[in-house]
Amino acid sequence: MSDTTPLLDVSGLTKHFPIKGGFPIRRTVGAVQAVDGLDFQVGEGESLGLVGESGCGKSTTGRLITRLLEPSAGKITYSGQDITHANRKALAPIRSEIQMIFQDPYASLNPRQTVGKIVAGPMEINNINPAGGREARVRELLEIVGLNPEHYNRFPHEFSGGQRQRIGVARALALEPKLIVADEPVSALDVSIQAQVVNLLQKVQRELGIAFVFIAHDLAIVRHFSQRVAVMYLGKIVEIADRDDLYGNPRHPYTRALLSAVPEATVDETPARERIRLAGDVPSPINPPTGCRFRTRCWKATEKCATEAPPLVQVEGNKPGHLTACHYPETADTVPAPRLSKDPEAAA
Amino acid sequence: MFRFLVRRTIGALVILLIVSAITFWLFYAVPRDPAMMSCGKNCTPASLAQIRHNLGIDHPIPVQYWYWLKGIFVGREYSGFGHCNAPCLGYSFANNEPVFGTIMDRLPLTLSLAFGSAVIFLIFGVGTGMIAALKQGKFLDKFATSASLLGSSLQIYFVGYIALYFLTFKLGILDQPSYTPLTDNPVQWFSGLLLPWIVLSIIFTANYTRMARSQLVEQLSEDYVRTARAKGLSRANVFLRFAWRGAMGPIVTVFGIDLGTLIGGAIITEQVFSLQGIGRLSVISVIQSDLPMLLGVTVLSAAAIVFFNIFVDAAYAFIDPRIRLA
Amino acid sequence: MTSTDQQPFLSVRDLKVHFSTEDGIVKAVDGLSFDLAKGQTLGIVGESGSGKSVTNLTILGLHDRDRTAIDGEILLDGKELLTATERELAQLRGNKMSMIFQDALASLSPYHTVGKQISEVYRKHTGASKKESRERAIEMLKRVGIPQPEVRVDDYPHLFSGGMRQRAMIAMALVCDPELLIADEPTTALDVTVQAQIMDLLKDLQQEFGTAIVFITHDLGVIADIADDVLVMYGGRCVERGTKKEVLTDPQHPYTLGLLSSMPSLEGPVDVPLMPIPGSPPSLLNPPSGCRFHPRCAFAEKVAGGRCSSESPVLEVVDGRGSACHLTTAQRQELFADLAAVAQHN
Repeated sequence: MSDTTPLLDVSGLTKHFPIKGGFPIRRTVGAVQAVDGLDFQVGEGESLGLVGESGCGKSTTGRLITRLLEPSAGKITYSGQDITHANRKALAPIRSEIQMIFQDPYASLNPRQTVGKIVAGPMEINNINPAGGREARVRELLEIVGLNPEHYNRFPHEFSGGQRQRIGVARALALEPKLIVADEPVSALDVSIQAQVVNLLQKVQRELGIAFVFIAHDLAIVRHFSQRVAVMYLGKIVEIADRDDLYGNPRHPYTRALLSAVPEATVDETPARERIRLAGDVPSPINPPTGCRFRTRCWKATEKCATEAPPLVQVEGNKPGHLTACHYPETADTVPAPRLSKDPEAAA
Repeated sequence: MFRFLVRRTIGALVILLIVSAITFWLFYAVPRDPAMMSCGKNCTPASLAQIRHNLGIDHPIPVQYWYWLKGIFVGREYSGFGHCNAPCLGYSFANNEPVFGTIMDRLPLTLSLAFGSAVIFLIFGVGTGMIAALKQGKFLDKFATSASLLGSSLQIYFVGYIALYFLTFKLGILDQPSYTPLTDNPVQWFSGLLLPWIVLSIIFTANYTRMARSQLVEQLSEDYVRTARAKGLSRANVFLRFAWRGAMGPIVTVFGIDLGTLIGGAIITEQVFSLQGIGRLSVISVIQSDLPMLLGVTVLSAAAIVFFNIFVDAAYAFIDPRIRLA
Repeated sequence: MTSTDQQPFLSVRDLKVHFSTEDGIVKAVDGLSFDLAKGQTLGIVGESGSGKSVTNLTILGLHDRDRTAIDGEILLDGKELLTATERELAQLRGNKMSMIFQDALASLSPYHTVGKQISEVYRKHTGASKKESRERAIEMLKRVGIPQPEVRVDDYPHLFSGGMRQRAMIAMALVCDPELLIADEPTTALDVTVQAQIMDLLKDLQQEFGTAIVFITHDLGVIADIADDVLVMYGGRCVERGTKKEVLTDPQHPYTLGLLSSMPSLEGPVDVPLMPIPGSPPSLLNPPSGCRFHPRCAFAEKVAGGRCSSESPVLEVVDGRGSACHLTTAQRQELFADLAAVAQHN
């Protein structure tokens, strides 16, 4: 991170979805605490990875940043401008600078429009007429994403999943954005195709200097793509660090467990990596555990964890910029972590 | 379930209140003065005012509506006609009868017609749809699909007269349509209504065949149906307990709406077979500008539709445990 | 330990599954053979359209018989399944062979309780009473690690979490102690920590019951965790097979090597681009001539006479190890060296 203003500055970002209920008159009786007080920054041209399991709030975060959802609390600053509650008009110029790439390359492209029209769409909406005309610009974009510019007049169904995702990338690039929020951009694709798209995004990030918020559940892909990585659990960031620190020296027990659960295509009689098995399931975000939200599945949890929410800070032993929200951070010599009982009843 | 029923009943009453208020306003706002019509040729302003008073239309519309509403609960005194007992939906000037009584006279026929034909179209429509879904792509399926397309493009006034001509007058297989109350003579009740039931069922049967078929075909390709077969359950078991269960929801939904509509009167059927049901009553009250009667019939139809909607939602929750009523 | 040590329990010989569709004939599986011994796990790796799922639906006889032309043989414990009647197959399904699917929410009936769905299998195949089957269902739920099984037995699947649903599905599949379990991407829809739980559970249960498992996945990491032998499918055909170690550490087919080197990993260098396989998986409606991988293969030109596009390579299996590729062993050693270095990190 540079000392200058970051491109995107998020502080205390919160999204609670109200739950209606009650009798006889319906009212708000609770809230799904999808995202609860996030702080992070994304510098120009930097790629921040948001990882976590389903329900951790990573996709909601992406939608909040792009203002597809209205935040319940907190502040989103883009290029020094507060866009937390900016209205449509104030957002208009920013919308072209923040673009989104979606998970499902089949559902996110209008099947009745040609590729040319899809990619030119953002230019039309924002009434942008590049020098040389929109068509020339679209052809150029198609070339950048590795598609044949001659495919201008084809329809999405004529393309494979990987090619469709390229069309999605081309559309996101149409307005020369400064920030792209990519929500699980490769998880719907075949393994051999995922690498093609990851490489394309990497090329885009490096050559065009576009910053990314890369949302994914696949830790290996995030490691490959993002310079900084934030791990989320139940609506909170539990750890955020530069890539090498996070993967090389995970301090939060959850980060450690998550990393150890990733199956790797290696055949090793004596596995070098520790194996931590978390018992049970992620608790409900309607009624999350008090204190540290991970404590119900943590093997180190104590009384303190139940009463006091650990702040996201640079705990002792962390390099600058490596923040961990844990009262009892892991250290390198705590390996191997105790293997939990596989019987969730014991944990329940 | 209790909370659901309470909440929905309150909602239903609100809807009926709104429907009746709008209808009331529309009817009484039209520039046709019922007092003028019953006053006759030699109408003096004094007798006109007297008739207005007798009809209860000498007040502003909101006040009239209030009296009308009040009448439902406590009955109402018409100075020219006498007492109208609660529930009083108004007094028909054309018939010289309370609206409620007339509707109650006509309702048994309409209910017989609606429920009787519902039995026929459910059994035949859904049954044929099931067979078609089982024999997907085979001759039986193609036959049923084409037949239902033909059936749904027929019209009651066309089929009705043809059936009446051939089955009753030419061949004498079926009785001339008539209505005998079920409690008086069940056999006559049945034989008198058989032809209207069949005719009224044709279009519905065709629609239910197509719907049941498409729902079942969709359900049969669901993952859980495949799992049921992977468990070793027989085809028949899988079809009836898994696929059919999933197909039922949408069918029940449409059925509830259809039944609600039918209780508002099968206008054309009643007309074709000269049956004195709610449908015919509404047509006649339109012709005679019998506004209180028309209002009563409208409220009844609205009530039937609202009621069956609640019924459908409750049935849906019963069929699908994922739906929780509150 | 390889499967050749024992009499094969499941034996698939030259299986061909062709569907007729409106657009033409889809050759979903085109000449597939493999053996599986009791207590062993065969991992089948492949991408969408590789024919891996079709193969397994065919073993259970769950394919659409009206639209499918099948050739070859499938022997389960010596019994030919392809000629078996529907009644005979229904006796075997859920009893001697079971299947678990990827999407547990969609694959469990939303209209019946979890307990009912488990106990009805047991009743059907053992003739046990309602009470006995219910107790058996509770016992199975307990065995697969569902907390408070005597309460959860009466819940509907939508009230279970994703991992719990998959556990319930496993309980349902194993309630009659089947000798063969076909697992079709059972962990793909799950989060990694839950995936790890489910894989541990499957391994434990296999040890306990000696079940033979066919594990279908697209994830080589999952294969590394669970399989004994591996079969790599591409375009409806097997392109490579061998033990897990052989396939993952010494891939012989360019496609396997491509898969390995396109996967990002948690170790190894991060600043080099991944090595994707160019192009997309083939259409089975109109598959490429010759080797089905040749349009995407980096080494197709290295084979003389354009044989890759004209002649289908034959899969020759010696001791359970083999690959279907025209490259000679010497060529392979030379050409694979660079890529293998990358793959080694993964």
